[in-house]
Amino acid sequence: MITAPYWRAPVSVTRVMGWVLLALIPAIVLHVIFFGPVLLAQLLLASVAAVVVEALLLWVRRRPIVSAVTDLSAVVTAWLLVLALPTTVPWWLTLLGVVIAIGVAKQLYGGIGQNPFNPAMVAFAALIVSFPAELSRWPLPTTPVAWQWASFLGTPNVDALASATVLDTLRTAVHSGQAVSELLGRSPVFGTLSGAGYEWIAVAFLAGGLLLWLRGIIPGRLPFAFLLTLGVLSTLAWLVAPERFAPPWVHLFAYSTMLAAFFIITDPVSGVVTPRGQWVFAAGAALLVFLIRHFGQFPDGVAFAVLLMNLAAPWIEMKTQPRVFGEDHP
Amino acid sequence: MAQADVVIGKKNDGDGMRWFSWLTSSAANTLVDPVSGRKLYPIDGGIAFPDYHKQETADIPIRNVAMPSHYIVPLRVNPRFTARPIVDIGARVRKGEKIGEPEGKFGVAVHAPTSGVIRDLGHYPMTHVSGLPALAYFIEPDGKDEAIEPTPYRGACDDTDRIRDFLQQMGLAGLGGAAFPSHAKVASSPVKTLIINGAECEPWITCDDRLMREHAAEIVAGACDLAAAVHALEVLIGIEDNKPQAIAAMQAAAANHGAVTVVAIPTIYPAGGEKQLIERLTGIEVPYGHLSAEFGVLVFNVGTARAVHRALTYGEPLLERVVTLTGAADDPGNRWVRIGHPIAELILEMAPKPEVDRYLLGGPMTGFAIPDLDAPILKGSNCIIAASPALFPPPPPEQPCIRCGACAPVCPARLEPMALYWFARAQQFGKAQEFHLFDCIECGCCAYVCPAHIPLVDYYRYAKSEIWEREREKSKAQQSKARFEFRNYRLEREKAEKAARAAAKAAETKRRLEAQAQESHAEASANGTNDRDGAASPSAPNANDAAARKKALVEAALARARAKRAAEATEPSGENRE
Repeated sequence: MITAPYWRAPVSVTRVMGWVLLALIPAIVLHVIFFGPVLLAQLLLASVAAVVVEALLLWVRRRPIVSAVTDLSAVVTAWLLVLALPTTVPWWLTLLGVVIAIGVAKQLYGGIGQNPFNPAMVAFAALIVSFPAELSRWPLPTTPVAWQWASFLGTPNVDALASATVLDTLRTAVHSGQAVSELLGRSPVFGTLSGAGYEWIAVAFLAGGLLLWLRGIIPGRLPFAFLLTLGVLSTLAWLVAPERFAPPWVHLFAYSTMLAAFFIITDPVSGVVTPRGQWVFAAGAALLVFLIRHFGQFPDGVAFAVLLMNLAAPWIEMKTQPRVFGEDHP
Repeated sequence: MAQADVVIGKKNDGDGMRWFSWLTSSAANTLVDPVSGRKLYPIDGGIAFPDYHKQETADIPIRNVAMPSHYIVPLRVNPRFTARPIVDIGARVRKGEKIGEPEGKFGVAVHAPTSGVIRDLGHYPMTHVSGLPALAYFIEPDGKDEAIEPTPYRGACDDTDRIRDFLQQMGLAGLGGAAFPSHAKVASSPVKTLIINGAECEPWITCDDRLMREHAAEIVAGACDLAAAVHALEVLIGIEDNKPQAIAAMQAAAANHGAVTVVAIPTIYPAGGEKQLIERLTGIEVPYGHLSAEFGVLVFNVGTARAVHRALTYGEPLLERVVTLTGAADDPGNRWVRIGHPIAELILEMAPKPEVDRYLLGGPMTGFAIPDLDAPILKGSNCIIAASPALFPPPPPEQPCIRCGACAPVCPARLEPMALYWFARAQQFGKAQEFHLFDCIECGCCAYVCPAHIPLVDYYRYAKSEIWEREREKSKAQQSKARFEFRNYRLEREKAEKAARAAAKAAETKRRLEAQAQESHAEASANGTNDRDGAASPSAPNANDAAARKKALVEAALARARAKRAAEATEPSGENRE
């Protein structure tokens, strides 16, 4: 660079992505404690695959490979995808997800910074539409690790050892006419607040997210607006019809809620950067999550809610431009 | 996001840290200056650097420099601020003698920095990013440094017009960096607040700090002179709170002046930008394309204030300024340097280290690498940094933007730097203008925090220059079009006039022929010698006269239009920064 500024803050994309990975560690540790080490195999597989796919496509596109691979963004996408999927999905499904996320949602759109949709959520949406059965087999804390390994390797022998998520269980029950209160605490999927085991991983996501917030990696208003909107909506619904709607804490401490609030909707590339726009983006995503969870066809609404908001992001950004210095002065 | 490991102020810490500091120390956020007790207004964005590098030079007294082998005194640094050479080559001049007569509304006089002989009048390299040369005198000093008899200001202290003319003749220009002609600010428009800018927010630079410590009384006197000249009601001297000695010195000097208040402002770059300082002290946001005077505020740099005082009281024209010499050098510090001192000789004063690979003029955020060291020190040259790869490492390679948005919260103009970058990159200049490209003050904060190491300011400069170029092309095309249309109109009109003349002539001939026929018929052969010319001549010259008169009128109108256009082209856009 020949012109000013000649100084730069010691920041880099690698460092940003590194912090995101670091913030996911507490959740991963808890996950391993509750459900065994299968997750680590999934993470390793996805990370390697993501870097390989990214490098391959960059080579095809004749773009610099080393700087793009070392920025860790592919690894972040891989980890988020793995954490969004049940750990029991077969290895080839994870691989397919990574190919969709990095190959289609990221590189086909032009690589880092160019993708209009959250790559991990595109892959998740594609997989849940194509393989709904595989994606609703969430392990319970009681699920034997051996069974999970078998499932990972593609040979599940006993089907009943994993179950749907709390939200899915509730939705199915309500659809079949059962009252929420009859279910709460009676099924092994329920823990103290939300899903058994998963609720504590959700707390770990919250902790990791707070770390990112304190480090200035993510803006606080995104998770705040998301959780606030979801909390208010689910509280209102629960107060009005407690037999049909789960209490707010079930929603807020659902695994997918905290993952989305701190790690998915905070993806800057496919999100919104204007401060007012971020309120709209996060609140809109929360509204869609609430609607899809209760009135949609899929067990969870986060992926679709985020993708829909990604679609609206450029428009939101355009409509929420801040007042520039001296503009509309009296 | 992304400022992760920089120890920076509350503005560009992470969201979280900001809230944390707000919770723990609400006193730090109350916007009242503890020094003056004045309310301070919040400003947007900005950066608090981990190291300002002011300590290298701030505690060393200002020194004089050795007389250089020659001076290059420019007459036309800026196309708007020009002077006309009035001394011939070979002439002997003395220190303070006027050698350039101000041209136009914004021109300022130019004076000889020492006694000596004018050896040349020609184009010499200047300290400008473009490296373009400018018209300048080459003066060879005789070593005697003889000065002319000074002529202090003798008029009334509130005679705005006389002071304005006096300052113009004394060559006063802003010493903050932009070298805006000081007299142009001294107008009779009502001014409420006079601000003296001692913020000096950019790292490395300490010339204003030293000047305030050593010449506080003269700065305050100059501020009072200026306040009287523009009939200001109050004088605010804004100094960043990382200069406690300067604040103390200025406070002591201002103690006996009721209208003068020294205000310590929080240290955050670019708090010393003219617009930012005005906002911080008065809450007024001066929009792009407007002068602060329209809002009843005027801003002068502390160095300018002192120079105004020296000019009015002692009749000293603006011949010298304080220049910070710093960076990778063994003898850094501030020096009194006369305008025209060649930089190549000046840098030797600080004993630069061998690893120095280039010299920056100004600070690291808005300065630039000097393209040609033969260029002289100008009125706006505040600092020279001997840059080494260790101090200013080459930037990491540019990576794709990840839309992280780190650039937006640090922008003092509340722009969306990222959007401007995309538009500039895509050559969507119209969109860039829609997103307020021209409100960008090029402070460099966005590029400083960018984790993808994108030279954002370069993109904005590129977009701005492209837009200016297109505007010029457009106005040129419009002029040609107007000229072409007028030519067509003229040709048509001439054709019509010619036809009319021909028709008139034909009718006249016909009438005459008929008359002749009648005459000949009536008077038979009585009077055959009818005066043919006598009948035709009164009408033909008349038509020619009318055409000539019309042509002269049109030409006069065209000349007027040309003159007006030329005048408009030289008018200032009304933008200045100190």
